[in-house]
Order: sequence, then C-alpha cells, then structure tokens
Amino acid sequence: MTETKFKRMKDLPSTHLLGTGTPMCAGCGGLEALQEVYDVLGPKTVFVNAAGCMTLLSVYPFTPFRGSWLYTAMASAPAGAQGVRDALDILLEQKRMKHEEDLDVVVLTGDGAAYGMGLSATSGAIERDLDFLYLCYDNEGYGNTGQQFSGATPHAARTATSKGPRGFTGYKKDLFSIWAAHKPAYVATVIGSEPLDLVRKIEKVRQLKGPRLIIALAPCPPGWDFDPRESADIGKLAVKTGVWPLKEYVDGKVVHTKIPRSRLPVEEYLKIQGRFAHLFAPERNEELLQEIQSRVDNYWVGVQE
Amino acid sequence: MTRKLLTGNGAAAWGARLAKVDYVPAFPITPQTEIIETIAAWIDAGEMPGRTVTLESEHSMITAAGAAAATGVRVFTATSSQGLLYGMEMVYTVAGWRAPFVMTNVSRGLASPITLEPDHNDIMAARDSGFLQIHCSTCQEVLDSVLMAYRMAEDPRVRLPVIVNLDGFYLSFTREPVEIPDAEAVASFLPPYAPESTRFRASAPSSQAVAVLGGAPYSYFRYESHLAALNAVTVYDETAEAFAKVFGRRHEAVDAYRCDDAEIVLVMIGSFATKAKQAVDQLREAGHAVGLMRPRLLRPLPAEQLQQILAGKKAVAVIDQNISMGMGGVVHSELASVLYGKPGAPPVLASFIGGLGGRDISPEEFYEIAAVTRKAADDGVTPPPRLLYTREEFREIKKLQAIAHAERQELESGQ
Repeated sequence: MTETKFKRMKDLPSTHLLGTGTPMCAGCGGLEALQEVYDVLGPKTVFVNAAGCMTLLSVYPFTPFRGSWLYTAMASAPAGAQGVRDALDILLEQKRMKHEEDLDVVVLTGDGAAYGMGLSATSGAIERDLDFLYLCYDNEGYGNTGQQFSGATPHAARTATSKGPRGFTGYKKDLFSIWAAHKPAYVATVIGSEPLDLVRKIEKVRQLKGPRLIIALAPCPPGWDFDPRESADIGKLAVKTGVWPLKEYVDGKVVHTKIPRSRLPVEEYLKIQGRFAHLFAPERNEELLQEIQSRVDNYWVGVQE
Repeated sequence: MTRKLLTGNGAAAWGARLAKVDYVPAFPITPQTEIIETIAAWIDAGEMPGRTVTLESEHSMITAAGAAAATGVRVFTATSSQGLLYGMEMVYTVAGWRAPFVMTNVSRGLASPITLEPDHNDIMAARDSGFLQIHCSTCQEVLDSVLMAYRMAEDPRVRLPVIVNLDGFYLSFTREPVEIPDAEAVASFLPPYAPESTRFRASAPSSQAVAVLGGAPYSYFRYESHLAALNAVTVYDETAEAFAKVFGRRHEAVDAYRCDDAEIVLVMIGSFATKAKQAVDQLREAGHAVGLMRPRLLRPLPAEQLQQILAGKKAVAVIDQNISMGMGGVVHSELASVLYGKPGAPPVLASFIGGLGGRDISPEEFYEIAAVTRKAADDGVTPPPRLLYTREEFREIKKLQAIAHAERQELESGQ
C-alpha cells in the first residue's frame, strides 16, 4: 500500500465534486459521507442505487453527479452492479471499448436495503467476487419513509414503529461481521465527521480489486431527532463514546483505525438525540442506560490498534 | 443450415447462440434450466463467446440483465413461473429502462397449489410490464422468435425488452426437427446491437432509470413506453418480412389457420394450439367450417389483424390456458375489448378455460367446444364461460380424497 496523500485535514479537497441543491435533509450525515467519498472516487464512476433517501439525488432531469447513475430497486443494487461490471468487462475483453472509458461501479444503498432486503444480493455479489464498491449510508432506520426501525436500529431507539417506553427492543445487526465473514477484499466502517479516516479508507479501496464494502454511520436529523447543526458533533460523539467503532477488515484481519483513548460515557451521545429522550425523562432509565453502556464496554474489551 | 432434433429449450439456447449474445445472467428453475445449462456448456467449451453468471435469484438475474443491457451489450436470459414472479418487480422496472434484451419464459402454472406443468398465468402476470411478448407453438418457432425478438427489441422505434414464451414440458422437453440457420444468414438478418446512448462510458456520463417527482413526468415516460410498444406492431411485421426473405419461413403476428372461409374460429396461444389445429382438421373433414386463430404477438396486441381475421365470423371460441380469478380467461377479455363495436365483429364470443397446470384438452373437448359455439351462433346467445373438466377427472379426485381420508382414519384408529 502506498503512503496516503491525506496526512492532515488540510490535505482534504477544499471543493466538492458533488453538485449542490440536492433534496437531502439539512445536516444529512449520509450526504456528508457521500461528498467525501465522491471527492476521492471522482466522476469515472457509475453509482448503482437502491431505493432509499439517496434515490432522490437524481430526479429527472437533474443530477448532482458528474459521472453516471443507475437506479435499480430496493433489493438488487448489487445485482445491478454485477450487470454493469460484467458488461464493461465484456466490452473491454472484446476491445469494443477503450480502457479509458472504464468506470468504477459503486453500489449506494441505505441501511434498510443493506441490512435487510438487499442482504442476499450483497452476499451473492461478494461470493461471486464482484469487483465493486458498496457504500451503505446507515441512518439506523427506514429513513425515507419516516424512520421506522430496520435491522440497523440500535437498542432502545425510538422510531416511528417503536414508540413504547423501551423504544426498539431489538439490537443493531452486526453487518460489518456478516460482510467480513464472506472474506471479501475489504470491509470498513466510516463516518463523515471523521473525514481523514474516511478518505484514507476510500483511497485504499481504490487500489484494491474485488468486493469492497463500506458502512457509513449517517447521523439523521429528522430520524434521530436533533438539530441539523449538531450532525457533525453527534458523529464525533458516536466515535468518542465507542458506539461506532472505526475499523477495517483487510487480508483476513480486523483492524481498528481510530481507538478512542478515553471513551466518553455513551450517555453523552444518547442524551442529545430525541430518539433516546425516553431514557432520560420523565425519569432516568438506569437499567437500559447501563445495558447500552455495558454492551459498548464489552465490545472494546481486548480491542487493540 | 442444419436440421436437428431439438427440444424447445434447446431451440431457445440456439436462438441465443446464433444471436451472438454477450451476456447471460441465469438462475435455474424447472422447466427452463436446460436452456441455461446448454448455454453454460457452450461457453465453457469455447463454442460460444460471451459470459454467463448465476445470480442468487431471478430478481437479481433480471436486474443484472437490465443493467448489462443498459451498459450496452446484448443480453439473454430465461426463467419460468415462480421465478418470473419472484423477479416481477424487476420485470416491470427494467422494461422502463428502455434497454432492450430478450428473455425466454418457459410457462408453468403458478402456486398455489405448486406444480411443474404448464399454463399461462405466469406470462399473463407480465402482460402489463412493458415487455413485449411472442408466444410459440413449435420448437422451430422458439428459435426463430428469439432472433426476431432481438431485431424487434433493438429497433430504435421500440427499445423494449421482449419475452419469448414457450410452454413447459409440451415444448420445453419435446424434441422436434428444427432448422438451425447458418451464422452468416443470421448476421445478415440481425446486425450487432447498436446501443447508441443507452450505455455507461467514462467520456459520456449518463443517468439512467432516475426517479421522477409528480405525475406529469411519470406519465410522459409511461406513455413513451406505450407508444414504443405500439410501434412494435409495425416493426414486428417488418421483422417477419425480413425473416421470411432470409430464412424462407414466415411467422405472422397472428397465425390464421383455415380461417378464410370459417364460420367459427377457435382462439388459442402457445403449444396447445397445435391440439386445436388437429381438431380443426378433423372438424373440417366432418364438414364443419371451423378455423383457428393463434396470436403469436400478444404485446403489443395486433388489434387490427385480430379484427380483420375475425370480421364476419358467426362465432368465436376463446380457449384460455389461464384464469383470472373472479373474471375468467384473459385472452377472452382482451379479444372482447379489441372486437367490441367494430364493424363485422362476431356476435358470439364464447369463453372456455382449459389446460391449466398441463391438463390435457382432448379432441372430444374441442369438438364439444365447436358444437357449443355453433349452437350459440344459431341461437344468437353467448353461452356462459365453461371450465373444462370431465366427470371422470372429478370422480378421480373424489376417489383420491376418499382413499387418503380412509387411510388417515385407519392410522388414527391404530389398526
């Protein structure tokens, strides 16, 4: 692996490739991550999109992308990537297309597709060793339909379909491990509020072949119930409290790329989001808060850089 | 040109091979699997260029097919029944991408109850998708129709995917002598695919299949697809003409057999129409003026040709190998809408449902259909729809139920 060209924050691109004026919500953590990803990938890409918030990026006849785009359906974006990649390979093989015309194929889905309906198609694409990049913007619920809980929703979060006093009774699915169990070329977690970590990972995956999958935690002002201006801070807290471990799976090993030295209490992250307000008022739910904290603590036991 | 005994599945695979398809996304399902096995074997042996990939579902398979077509290569795929339904979201979706490709569907009845044998409810579910449909009744037609389908699908006036339909078992596994045309002849009929702007290239970024907001842009694109499908009536006729010139075989959009002087016309699609054809010959020998009309092109529906063939007939009997619960036969209602209010429309349009799940339609049943229809013509009263089923079949079912019931009781009583 060559030395990163992103050593400091000032090495990050100062202008963005992705156009402005998209219908994404103010403070969208998914768009923040996508901006950073796109700056590294550039326009020689075709984004194969699954139904989700970001389907609204390209609404006829406008697009913020300088490169290409194909909307598929909720479940089968990885299969769409398969079709595009295979077709490009056939054209290259048969010399019907110049190499300069080739494109990186990027799947773009939300957590609803990635953790649930599209998991089988993703598994298939990895098993077929498809040369593609997969970017999941994970806002921990079916955001585009008003934040019902999904397989990515964290324990105790209030969603449109878990409004009881304990919030969502299930647990966030460990998609990173599910993907890594397939032994693809690369898996990583990222977050837009840690742009250096993010761009270094994207820089790395550009040099790899095969299935490369990225989950970007996407703080979501309307879905998580916070002011859009807090978005970056909430992202930072997700990392500092250890709720969102930044890591990568490469060459069969999981490496944490940013270990919070002294983890802040999870409460710091929870209390500023309306979706966890019921843990603090009308009275503190000590038991649930303890449970959440100890799950995070357990995760970090034995984790080394 | 060589002549070979081929199954309908083999003929479909040969159609794809001769069309020089680049890409074959696949997923196995009975009774279609032989098609993808045959193609995979050819590709593995280096006898056929191109690439095949097995997806993890038909939903993904059809997505990959559409995506590859949208990238600018020639794509073939095949499915059947439950598979077609599993992929149905994408059947509708990729049709709207206006990226042409060809899919064969090997018709098989739908669950429930689950079965392997043929009828047309699967393909009827794709009726309104935007895919065009060609229905075959012989193995030769299957091969020829695949070639014709590519030319029609890729025509700039059409640019829609096409389903070539053949019946499971009756065609898929039945060997018939099939003429396999020479590659050079095929090349003169079917030039390489010219994707034009429907492709992804670094130098020419494009956004395909994007969302719309509001009914006006949505309607715009839906109407465009509809008008393109209507164009396919003319394009089909041109294609049939060109095909006849090169290969000497003519496949009309609507096959009219002994219809010219017929008073009564039977209407069927697919391989069971060959049974009707035989019955027509028998009825003719017995002195009855009966004909058979078999639409090959079902989407677009060649309305004018159907009207012309049936104009002035005393009565028409539509035998549907499908059933729309609570309504009846789909082809019957389509024909009613085509004929209603048209000059010379037959006064009697009778409906019969038969051949569900591969249930045979016997010659005697065809004679009965003709007799009922003739009587209706004489009386001037359209008979109520008939569900073909014999007393013997009903008795057999009741007998099986009684045996199963008795055995269960025996088991429970511990004897």
